[in-house]
Amino acid sequence: MTVPGIIYLFINNYIPMYGVILAFKDYNYVDGIWGSAWSGLDNFKFLFNTEDAYIITRNTLLYNTVFILLNLILSVLIALLINEIKDKVISRFYQSTFLLPHIISMVVVAYLVFSFLNAENGLVNRLLFKWFSMDGISWYGEPKYWPYVLVIVNAWKNAGYLSIIYFASIIGIDKEYYEAATIDGASKWKQMTRITIPLIMPVIVTMTLLAVSTILRSDFGLFYQVPMNTGALIPTTQTIDTFVYRAMLQSGDIGMSTAAGFYQSVICFFLILIANAAVRRINKQSALF
Amino acid sequence: MIHLFFWCFTIISLVPFILIFMVSISSEDSILQKGFSLFPNEISFEAYKFLFNDFSEIARAYGVTIIATLIGTVVSLLITALFAYPLSRPSLPFRRTLSFYIFFTMLFGGGLAPWYITYVNMLGIKNTIFSMIIPNLLLSAFNVLLMRSFFSTTIPETVIESATIDGASEITIFFKIVVPLSLPIMATIGLFNTLAYWNDWYNCMLFIDKPDLYNIQYLMTKTLTNIQYLLMKSNSSAQVGELLAKMPRESVRMALAIVGVAPLLFAYPFFQKYYISGITSGAVKG
Repeated sequence: MTVPGIIYLFINNYIPMYGVILAFKDYNYVDGIWGSAWSGLDNFKFLFNTEDAYIITRNTLLYNTVFILLNLILSVLIALLINEIKDKVISRFYQSTFLLPHIISMVVVAYLVFSFLNAENGLVNRLLFKWFSMDGISWYGEPKYWPYVLVIVNAWKNAGYLSIIYFASIIGIDKEYYEAATIDGASKWKQMTRITIPLIMPVIVTMTLLAVSTILRSDFGLFYQVPMNTGALIPTTQTIDTFVYRAMLQSGDIGMSTAAGFYQSVICFFLILIANAAVRRINKQSALF
Repeated sequence: MIHLFFWCFTIISLVPFILIFMVSISSEDSILQKGFSLFPNEISFEAYKFLFNDFSEIARAYGVTIIATLIGTVVSLLITALFAYPLSRPSLPFRRTLSFYIFFTMLFGGGLAPWYITYVNMLGIKNTIFSMIIPNLLLSAFNVLLMRSFFSTTIPETVIESATIDGASEITIFFKIVVPLSLPIMATIGLFNTLAYWNDWYNCMLFIDKPDLYNIQYLMTKTLTNIQYLLMKSNSSAQVGELLAKMPRESVRMALAIVGVAPLLFAYPFFQKYYISGITSGAVKG
């Protein structure tokens, strides 16, 4: 029964794992994976001697740190407030609406962002002009704005999704705690900060640790589609994943691309092990292994 | 107070969609004057007329997406269930080894380039429909583990034992007993798969360079950066020039976005309930 699955994972995951030897080779299409000459650590030396390695690591780390913090605050806040809505139908309506951005593809998101930021007709530039008589900003030519744009887009797309996960764990809390607190005269605010948040803390910590463990991976679609693969924006929108892609398909440098991917995989591997060990201590059930 | 706050969030979630819809039904004049606006001066369906005038490009892209989604979802669901079920049974030999075999794929990966070369050079998958079905999307370790825990908590061991005593084979047990008992998880994973296939542009971007095989998401990607793309197959250049002059560019682009996203938005009210219960059951075990 398991045979199709085993074969599939072998092809899709295990052969490429073996393929990391390409990081130590000077790959060319004629000789293929096996025939290409060994190049030792040259690919890594080349990668870390340029500024690229530093920039892509910095970008990936900074973006993910901000994403994790902002998404955490927003989604817990939304979850706490959804919990205050007693009408089931309305609560359900809000949940579905906030989840909507999560189900659409990054291609559609790129269109939505373009409709706001397009230099000539975009809503933002037109409003800037109308309300502040400001000249339009050439959004797709100015890298300095993109950290803000991408943070907003990411929060828009994911906060609703995460809030539903937190909301689910809030519903699981025993109602008696709140009844007792109400009898003792605790305000809503007190109930949130003293009962709800402490009780969902294990879930918050677990989710956050898991996010931290993949801090070197980035959402390729967000960093590639949303800036519309614009060359001018690369300084602030290049992450490890877009670098790996561009090195492979745009510059054709297979060795370097594999080396960067390998560097990312190895660090992620250790981070996951550490994060999992931490999760096990806090909440054994939530640990991955 | 809370409702005010939530109305703001609702508006933030929905406004971008409304904006592209309004642009798609704005007349070109109104876009020139007011730019993209939620309240266009003049409503016009020119953009949609333009798209539907020569629908073959979009229809073909939809066809590719639908085929990949249908085959992908069914095959993926089958492989996932067939993999997860034995893992949920304590009697399976090498159970721990097999779990680790799946699990390790979540911990470590070879990266894009070796993965790409495996598919392109070893399996020759470039420019075939398989490249939008097989790579990465067909089996997710996470879904296997999700399904395994569903099987091991919901399917009573005694039912399977009594079926075995009655002489049922493993395959019969799986299809006659396990599958009917597991419809909720099947629906959830099926929904996840459908969305993943429907929304995929990454495999198409990597493996397809024949425009005939573009799926709808990738056709949209191409058109966002280059609106002329829609006219590509009108092969005489004089004709392209003429069409291009007549084309309401901005509204056509947004109309394509609406055409691309509409099926998902229409289906959303019907599946949102299952989707929400799917993510809550999958994400929070504790």
